[in-house]
Amino acid sequence: MAQMLGLFKEEEAEAAANATEALERAGYSNEHFEVLTGSPYPEGAFGEREVKHKLYVFPFMGALLGLSVALLLTSATQMAYPLIVGGKPILSMPAMTIIAYEGTMLGAILFTVMGIFFESRLPNPSPGIYDPRITAGYIGITLTVSDDRVNAVDQLFRRAGAADVVIQR
Amino acid sequence: MQQRVALPHPQINADLLKNVLKAPAWYWGIMAFLGGVVIFGSVLVAYLLNKGFGLSGAHRPVMWGILIVDFVFWIGISHAGVMLSAILRLSKAEWRRPATRAAEVLTVFSLMIAALHPVVHAGRPWRIIYWSFPYDFSRGLWVNIRSPLVWDPSAIFTYLTGSTLFVIVALIPDMAVIRDRTTGIRHNIYSVMAMGWRGTPRQWKLQVVAGFLLSALLLPVFVSVHSIVSWDFAVMIGVEGYHVTIFAPYFVIGAVLSGVSAVVTMMILMKWMFGWGNYIRQEHIENLAKLLVVIGTGWLYFFFVEFIFALYSLESQEIALRELQAFTWPYWPLALVFIFLSYIIPIPMWMFPGVRRNIRIMFWSSLVVNVGMWLERFLIIVPGLARKQVWTFDWSTYHPSFIEVMIVVTAYALVFLLLLTFAKLFPLIPLFDIKEGDILGDEIVIGKRRVPALRVEE
Repeated sequence: MAQMLGLFKEEEAEAAANATEALERAGYSNEHFEVLTGSPYPEGAFGEREVKHKLYVFPFMGALLGLSVALLLTSATQMAYPLIVGGKPILSMPAMTIIAYEGTMLGAILFTVMGIFFESRLPNPSPGIYDPRITAGYIGITLTVSDDRVNAVDQLFRRAGAADVVIQR
Repeated sequence: MQQRVALPHPQINADLLKNVLKAPAWYWGIMAFLGGVVIFGSVLVAYLLNKGFGLSGAHRPVMWGILIVDFVFWIGISHAGVMLSAILRLSKAEWRRPATRAAEVLTVFSLMIAALHPVVHAGRPWRIIYWSFPYDFSRGLWVNIRSPLVWDPSAIFTYLTGSTLFVIVALIPDMAVIRDRTTGIRHNIYSVMAMGWRGTPRQWKLQVVAGFLLSALLLPVFVSVHSIVSWDFAVMIGVEGYHVTIFAPYFVIGAVLSGVSAVVTMMILMKWMFGWGNYIRQEHIENLAKLLVVIGTGWLYFFFVEFIFALYSLESQEIALRELQAFTWPYWPLALVFIFLSYIIPIPMWMFPGVRRNIRIMFWSSLVVNVGMWLERFLIIVPGLARKQVWTFDWSTYHPSFIEVMIVVTAYALVFLLLLTFAKLFPLIPLFDIKEGDILGDEIVIGKRRVPALRVEE
């Protein structure tokens, strides 16, 4: 098996889109290839598959956990040293609300960041084929092909207008 | 007004990573100077802690001096970043792109510096954790959660954690750009920090969603932080000038005014220092000036309401405090300078397009707003305590000592030092955001003219 990366110039985004279409015609669905860019392009610009994620669940989970911990900490702290001040209840709701609010938000933020890393599949110690020209504006299309199809895909990329094709066996 | 110039990605990389890849000689000169100031200030702090807080000008009844003024000031500056970045991101304002990172980084560093002030002010910093969260298992004593001195650290901790993570998440794609342009040990370090980023559609999608989601989460936190800082004062029943219900929104909008002004100053400095004229353009400064007119006028409303309601109550204590602030030496000249610098001079000026488009005038006028806003905090904190009250037996006026003044100077130097250090390690303008703006930028033909147009971000 070989990993291939077709590189298209920044100003030839259309050529990259044409290459993905050609790949689909050659029998590779958008499950097989991946488009690499140095900046975010509008979703689906290159015919890549729709990205599905569950990031929105993370802040809710974090918020719930943060709220629970904050309520537990504040109420347990007051119950552990039950000093009645001015005849007021042991549990001071306004003060608890403030700390519970901060706890909720902290939990939501921490879980969101964890969610971002999880859903982005980062950190990724073996990211696969890559070329530094991607961050210089080139658009890359990667896919893994069997050795006997390397030449065909190479030709396909070049016919579509690729500036270079990188092959890693 | 659009002055966009579409630049190829290699040029964007070269321009915005200029300082990261090879810093000019002047950069090291400034770093050395700021480092010297910070070292001198640190020595003075060590001396103060060794000899005791009596070396400061704090004296009964004014036990909160310019260190606490500076604490509130830097908390205020920290509101620039997330507020600006979050609101502009959520509203999809196109001109946000060069401003967001600088604003977020300013938030992080000013918040760190703000948190240092009460630590020094406490006199015994090694006990600060115990005082903030005194879980004393050996003696069975627990935190008094009714105290705002416990609310404050929890709010600052949440805000600092959130803002730092916000910056880190948005830095990952730019780490990959630096990784691809460095060799040797620097390449290895940036490779670790880029975490295997390749720029797949999934990674970009998550990056964009993360920007919106974290903005939405940090907005309510930023409002809570300065509200809680204001409650450090507002829940004090014994100090009339502090015990005000309007303090929370008044502090928040004051913080936004000083914070956004600081971002304008910083962006102009970045434009001058790094030659980023193609990225920080007239339109960005002009739009920020328009925003500041609105924020400043909102702040004036709260200032006015706070003052008028204090007088309207006809309570002798309140009236005595206002007399102290507005008519008594040495506070009255400070009050005059404060109101002129915070509002009367800059805001009417910014109504004129010619002024908003003049970068030099914008630099100085945004700078003076912060001088004024620093004085505002001084006039709230010091005269509030300086009044002779019924139970005050030991009374004296407050004069900041040399050490306190130097700590304030050191705080400025430290923020600049940290910002410049950041600028050496990471780009202060998000590269991917600028590139995305170029991709979304377009031109349409209307009749005989080609006019700039923008596709809306999805």
